[in-house]
Amino acid sequence: MADMVKKATREGYGAALLELGEKNPKVIVMDADLAGATKTGVFKKAYPDRFFNAGIAEGNLMGVAAGLSLTGNIVFASSFAMFAAGRAFEQIRNSIGYPHLNVKVCATHAGISVGEDGASHQCNEDIALMRVIPGMTIINPTDWVEAKAATLAAADFEGPVYMRFGRLAVPQIFDEETYKFELGKGKELYSGDDVAIIATGLMVNEALIAAEELKAEGVNARVINIHTIKPLDEEIILNAAKECGCIVTAEEHSIIGGLGAAVSEFLAENLPTPVKRVGVNDVYGRSGPAVEMLKIYGLDAAHIKDAVKEVILKK
Amino acid sequence: MNAETKAKLQKDAAKVRMSVIEGTFNAKSGHPGGSLSIADIITYLYLYKLNIDPKNPKWEDRDRFVLSKGHTAPALYGAMALKGFFPEEEIKTLRKPDSRLQGHPSMNLTPGVDMSTGSLGQGVSVAVGMALGAKINNKSFRVYTVLGDGEIEEGQVWEAAMFASAKKLDNLVVIVDNNDLQIDGTLEEVNSPYPIDEKFKAFGFNVINIDGHDFDQIDEAFTQAENCKGKPTAIIAKTIKGKGVSFMENQVGWHGKGPNEEEYNAAMAELKEAL
Repeated sequence: MADMVKKATREGYGAALLELGEKNPKVIVMDADLAGATKTGVFKKAYPDRFFNAGIAEGNLMGVAAGLSLTGNIVFASSFAMFAAGRAFEQIRNSIGYPHLNVKVCATHAGISVGEDGASHQCNEDIALMRVIPGMTIINPTDWVEAKAATLAAADFEGPVYMRFGRLAVPQIFDEETYKFELGKGKELYSGDDVAIIATGLMVNEALIAAEELKAEGVNARVINIHTIKPLDEEIILNAAKECGCIVTAEEHSIIGGLGAAVSEFLAENLPTPVKRVGVNDVYGRSGPAVEMLKIYGLDAAHIKDAVKEVILKK
Repeated sequence: MNAETKAKLQKDAAKVRMSVIEGTFNAKSGHPGGSLSIADIITYLYLYKLNIDPKNPKWEDRDRFVLSKGHTAPALYGAMALKGFFPEEEIKTLRKPDSRLQGHPSMNLTPGVDMSTGSLGQGVSVAVGMALGAKINNKSFRVYTVLGDGEIEEGQVWEAAMFASAKKLDNLVVIVDNNDLQIDGTLEEVNSPYPIDEKFKAFGFNVINIDGHDFDQIDEAFTQAENCKGKPTAIIAKTIKGKGVSFMENQVGWHGKGPNEEEYNAAMAELKEAL
């Protein structure tokens, strides 16, 4: 693991936009009065003529983004996850998803790690909402390096993409020089065959910590990073199920409808395997420091280890 | 507009109305009332005004049209078929499983449809995005969108209006089909959006009130819109729901059902007289 640089994934998003602004004049960025927080403000400062603020009107934001894409532009439309995937769900479904337009909905402040703002702003439902839209690609990066690479890849990809970024500074896992982003591909980050921990977003780092600690206790855990939740890398999941015999999923999202659900649905139909989902357990969050919130809601290495011990007994 | 052009458009509009009846009769469903109220304006746009090429429906410099009140697709399809985007015979396939003509417009199925619509309030935002796209890409094409008068009860319409005005999108024309009826009754009975013109004025639009069935007034309004610089235009078109088929006129019951055979024959006979 790299040294302990901590940066939010939204920082990687902003850095990528800046790079895209320079190399591709077709890139347009939109926001809904949150440019400072979502990091689209970085682009706004450098390319003011290609930045448009919709104001506090997320439904219109998505529609205007759709219209801009129909005139040949690559549009990145940002807000917080709650107001992008949540409030503007139907605009994303009908004005972007159904016509399959080249709009990248880039949502920041996803998950419980929003922290002090509390439940109204802690979106643990966005992956579930976006998964049910046919043809939607969903990317949930782990660290700022992956976030940057994924954003660059999304610009080259033709079609609607939902990208999910966090507010909280999280440990850098990947080396910027060597990291390669492959859309739709999971990656094994830690080898083992007693159990596979399939994780996404900031839970990948927690999974790595858990795997390290489990090893000392004599349990060999495999850790797989799934940054692309849709389309899901079925091959890496099937192999993990075959070789490890039990699975723990880990995500900063409701256990309903997210990565854990996607993995469970796939395995139930293809290779029934004991699965334990670590995530937000169908409850609202509350105000408090992000790191404490993650512990309180069971989103840390300790809870992953408990899940591993529980699921391994079902093998 | 000269008398000859006007007479031709009136006949074309009658053909579009026949197409509305043909489609909704064969589909045994659909929205004839609002299709008939907007038929004259859609005919004017597709057969006269829009800079479009049916042989090259994706031509990037074409004018754009977004039917924000997507349920009145039968009027759009009628005008598009007449213009030559697809064979008129296809109208009979409206809403059928293998048809390219969906109940609400689908841009990936029907050549020449610029945007998929149907969920009210959304098309206008997309039209605004297209107009903004024209500006930033230095294109001279214009963007037209038709809204229902009930549709403007959707808050998103006003989000879009605020944005269009703030960005000075004078290449955008919003047309409100003011037939005064929505599914549950008159606008007043349901949730009045009146005064519509004053609202658009307050949102910074150049506003023009017209009789939406008078081609002279229609032409004058669209010409005036072209000459207005620095702000988008809203044309509030007073119309009659069901216009052209006497037993459908001003009847809210004809919002969303197809005619039976007897009604079909009566409607077609009446419309043929206008040819």
